[in-house]
Amino acid sequence: MIWNALLLALREIRRNLLRSALTTLGIIIGIAAVIIMVTVGNGVTAKVGEQISSLGSNLLMIRAGGRGLSGTAVKPFSLEDAKAISQQISHLNAVAPSASKSTTAIFGNKNWSTTITGITEAYIIATNWVIGDGRDFSPSELRSGAMSCIIGNTVWRELFEEQAALGSKIRLNSLSCTVVGILKAKGQAFGRDQDDTILIPLRSFQRRIAGNQDVSMISVSVDDGFATEKVQKQTQQLLRDRRHIAGNEDDDFFILDTKEITATLTGTTKILTSLLGAVAAISLLVGGIGIMNIMLVSVTERTREIGTRLAIGALEREVLLQFLVEAMVLSCLGGFLGIVLAVISSIIISKVIDVPFILDLGIILVACAFSAAVGIVFGYFPARRAAQLDPIEALRHE
Amino acid sequence: MSEPLIQLKQMTKTYGKGLAAMQALCGVDLTINSGEFVAIMGPSGSGKSTVMNILGCLDIPTTGSYFFQGIEVNTLSRNQRALLRRHYLGFVFQGFNLLSRTSALENVELPLIYRGMPTAERHVRARKALDIVGLTGWEDHSPAELSGGQQQRVAIARAIVTEPTVLLADEPTGNLDSARSREVMEMLCAFNRDLGITIIMVTHEPDMAEYAKRIVHFVDGLIASDTLTEQKP
Repeated sequence: MIWNALLLALREIRRNLLRSALTTLGIIIGIAAVIIMVTVGNGVTAKVGEQISSLGSNLLMIRAGGRGLSGTAVKPFSLEDAKAISQQISHLNAVAPSASKSTTAIFGNKNWSTTITGITEAYIIATNWVIGDGRDFSPSELRSGAMSCIIGNTVWRELFEEQAALGSKIRLNSLSCTVVGILKAKGQAFGRDQDDTILIPLRSFQRRIAGNQDVSMISVSVDDGFATEKVQKQTQQLLRDRRHIAGNEDDDFFILDTKEITATLTGTTKILTSLLGAVAAISLLVGGIGIMNIMLVSVTERTREIGTRLAIGALEREVLLQFLVEAMVLSCLGGFLGIVLAVISSIIISKVIDVPFILDLGIILVACAFSAAVGIVFGYFPARRAAQLDPIEALRHE
Repeated sequence: MSEPLIQLKQMTKTYGKGLAAMQALCGVDLTINSGEFVAIMGPSGSGKSTVMNILGCLDIPTTGSYFFQGIEVNTLSRNQRALLRRHYLGFVFQGFNLLSRTSALENVELPLIYRGMPTAERHVRARKALDIVGLTGWEDHSPAELSGGQQQRVAIARAIVTEPTVLLADEPTGNLDSARSREVMEMLCAFNRDLGITIIMVTHEPDMAEYAKRIVHFVDGLIASDTLTEQKP
């Protein structure tokens, strides 16, 4: 009986090919819109996560200065603070004090404004940098404050045009500095080019460039699988004690937890994704109503035909099933084509806006189920109307 | 013959209710035996269409009873009547009522699909029916590509493809010119004679009624006359 209904329904769809195609289009667009929104949304979420993890995994960034208190004198950290943190707080992978300053780097007849950061050996580990070419600073360079530097990819491109740079001397603040390494590119993070940087030993920075013993930031990398919240609390307390902040005073430093930023930002993109998905779902609903509309028109238009079918011995439930199957074939076909369209467009869109293509099988299953449900729900009413026609009235219908 | 094929007993049919009620049939008794070819005639409003709908199991009488092969049709459900139509009755309508944009073959196949016949057998039967009505070679044409006479022949093929016990024809020549009408009538006569199909036909054309073996006249919801025609040699 199902087979019969399918046969009759397919013949009916073939008879009205253009109309069937247009009806299906509503479902195709609805399903495709939902899947594209969710897929691209997931890609964006993943991209945000990727950017944050490129800053360093499980990283706490501690900066001197109160939140939003610009203009007031900022009391910097010292190397002693960093040492205290690494000695008194457990489960730390690396504690990296650093200080930085904007400067102009010169090589030959080229110059480039960039940021120069003084670092210790823990910095590269804490911030997930990889040396692409050359080497890390040697312990003796770090200890003695040698004028060696490791340059970021952007600096390499701007000053050396990606030609051999190792061993060359560049000028920083009228100081000559030997390039010993080039960092592997990390790319953009939140609109800032992470590769636009020059690293030199912290001691060299303090002595030759800054002329003081200040540390402006301490990057703390927490052991994998260990909660950063606890470390953050302990570090805060420790720094308050060391900086003699009274119980009722605000911190004059702040701790940024990359995990927290990740959670906030991915949370935001996830909400946006569901919001867009919901809007797209409305178009799917509209598509379903389109099917119902066409089926109702079709019932009216085919009244005589239905009368004929009933007269030659079609049962009520056979007519019902035929119309229901017709609606379901249309909506499922629309669902299938919608999925194909969505996958293709998602791949293209992901390429264009440069986010990873992450196909969620769940949403595809939901789309399949939904399109079948649309067929049943919106097909049932017209189908029942067709089945309950009085054959005599129907045959007389003009 | 043990029992008649069709038996109507004191059958009435009233449409509407109360003051607006309109009595279409006022107590009809009619017996039709297997193998008969009956023409039902009468002016419009005489009840001939009503009787046709009831005989075709599309409608049920208000009072009285209708026995088809001894089964009382009034007591059957809508679905049971559909099954009765499917297995015993064939319909030919004045307006042909073919499915548009559907080939002649598929139109003829339709009742067989509802009988659940396998595809191969269905094709053979439908082709044979089209051959009987002289439409070999027209199987793939849609109704729009066929003349009125050809369309009615497709409709007749659809009605006889199931080899029905009774063929009900409602003004089968109403939309045809006289030459085509004669073709159709001769075809019906042949089915009656060669296949033994009982035929009941409504017509208002005396010429066409002449082809039948028996003519029943309806006037004002009652049978006015019931006569056997002289058979041509």
